[in-house]
Amino acid sequence: MRLITHNMLSCNIKGVTNGFPLRIEAGNVIEKEVDFNPDFIRHMFAKLEWKALVEGARSMGYAELPEDSPDAAVLESDESFLKKLHHALLELHLEEGALVCPKTGRKFPVNKGIPNMLLHEDEV
Amino acid sequence: MWFLCVFYHRLLDFRKPEVEALAELFGEEIAENESLQWRLPVHHHNDTPFHFVQLSSEEIARNIAKRSILVKGMYELWGEGTCYEELKDSILSYSDSRKLQFLTSDSTFRISVETFGKGLTFDEQKDRIQSLTYIPFEGRVNLKNPDHNFFLMEMIESEENNGLQPILQRRIFFGREVGFADRKLLPTFQLKSRTYLGPTAMDAEMAFLMANQAKATSGKLVYDPFVGTGSILVSAAQFGAMTMGADIDIRVVRDGRGPDCNVWSNFKQYGLPMPVALLRMDNNLPPWRSGLKEIFDAIICDPPYGVRAGGRKSGGRKILRGTVDPYTVPDDKRTDHIPSTGAYSLVECVHDLLHLAARMLVMKGRLVFFFPVLRDETGGEVKFPEHPCFKLVAVSEQILSSRYSRFLLTMVKVEPYSEEIKEAARLMHLEFRENHLKWLEDGNIHSSVFKPIDSSQIHTDPKAFKDPKPKYRGKYV
Repeated sequence: MRLITHNMLSCNIKGVTNGFPLRIEAGNVIEKEVDFNPDFIRHMFAKLEWKALVEGARSMGYAELPEDSPDAAVLESDESFLKKLHHALLELHLEEGALVCPKTGRKFPVNKGIPNMLLHEDEV
Repeated sequence: MWFLCVFYHRLLDFRKPEVEALAELFGEEIAENESLQWRLPVHHHNDTPFHFVQLSSEEIARNIAKRSILVKGMYELWGEGTCYEELKDSILSYSDSRKLQFLTSDSTFRISVETFGKGLTFDEQKDRIQSLTYIPFEGRVNLKNPDHNFFLMEMIESEENNGLQPILQRRIFFGREVGFADRKLLPTFQLKSRTYLGPTAMDAEMAFLMANQAKATSGKLVYDPFVGTGSILVSAAQFGAMTMGADIDIRVVRDGRGPDCNVWSNFKQYGLPMPVALLRMDNNLPPWRSGLKEIFDAIICDPPYGVRAGGRKSGGRKILRGTVDPYTVPDDKRTDHIPSTGAYSLVECVHDLLHLAARMLVMKGRLVFFFPVLRDETGGEVKFPEHPCFKLVAVSEQILSSRYSRFLLTMVKVEPYSEEIKEAARLMHLEFRENHLKWLEDGNIHSSVFKPIDSSQIHTDPKAFKDPKPKYRGKYV
């Protein structure tokens, strides 16, 4: 599971209103190289929740991202920033671990890189 | 400029929409409620492989032909006629300023003869080429890799041409090739050599058609909420898109049939970049954070029709029917618990899909999906799903059996997602929950497809069972 996915997910148990962001319990994190596509990164940047991304990256062992979300101007000019963002979003993989709901503590397991977001019968 | 567009004679309903989508992708300016201009050759009807289309440049025509699955080639027409004398007159009257630049002495060329409806012997082909001596070719012939490729195409009259209704008169076309299809694509990706398949894996040709309808290209993010074995995403990835998929069945998505036989290995087989994400989730209760919207450029999918594979959603059969209350799983069993799922009717599935697309697609993003329809019910118009955010731009029918077809629908998002739409969807979701059984019974395609033929029908006059479409239409035509 990559950080780009983590940035989209929240806990949707019945009754939980603010289940985002999910805390990452990193069991096994690996790095896999992905071709750099700057247009795609720029397009995604506008949709990200920055704080959640920075915290998520930290839980996976990557602390190079700036705390505050940079302005859009940085995207055009600074390629090294885009590369860092690319690395954080696409190249860090959580193979085994869990995503934990901030409100209820419910764990959504991640196995073989695939998060299991299915709810149990009493959570629907 | 007008180009002669020659199609492969397959999937007839899908041909023009594909060209329209690709034209838009490659920069053709098409006004709001308009489409490309098409013209038929004299005496031909719509099923013919020969169509004239107006495009603003040769480059667009070339790009369309290269990426298209159903276009065999695009040609600049130099002449046409019902016989060789007429053809000669037509070619001679075509402006020299257009012709001479391709006939120069320092260029190489080749002339190919193609017929539709009958094979020609080598000598017959040679004779036809020899008859073109009135065209001042000054360059050298190069059969392997010429600068300019000319085609002499003959559509021969006959009683029935591969199942087409008979044409009244033969027609001959002569043109310069401007673009041609990539013929290696389908053989490389065909399903019979794919590592990981499932019962409803999308056939490679159709998957590429869907990816073309969705205008998948580099830098775009494409999502499939019913990913299964990833057959649709593979095609989108081949065209350069970043892909993402989800499925409710974890065995298909995570495990596959082994470490070398799963969704990832399908991508690896073709050297394509892996999907950005694969998830297990329920489209009926998706885990997207609130506030997330307009993130996908296209959603391409094949929802479960309930015929060969049924849809599932969270809940469990007995819970959804109300016979059992939702039970709590004891703590020690929670980690490995696989939640039960219940039947998901097509109506609710499509409603959730449209709602997901309305929220998650960027403006002008495309939703491309198959919608099954029972054939004998429809005396008149087929009613397709609608949504206030979407405009339906293309409908193509693929007949699967005498009892049902599926229609490939292409919808474009034209209105933004609003609070009213969110509220209407929430109410509909509740309605589906309250009346679970009723929604399951209505529109149940499975029973209609598999019900045995009524024995009384066998004795009645066979002509009384009228097919709404002509007999030759089958799955591939």
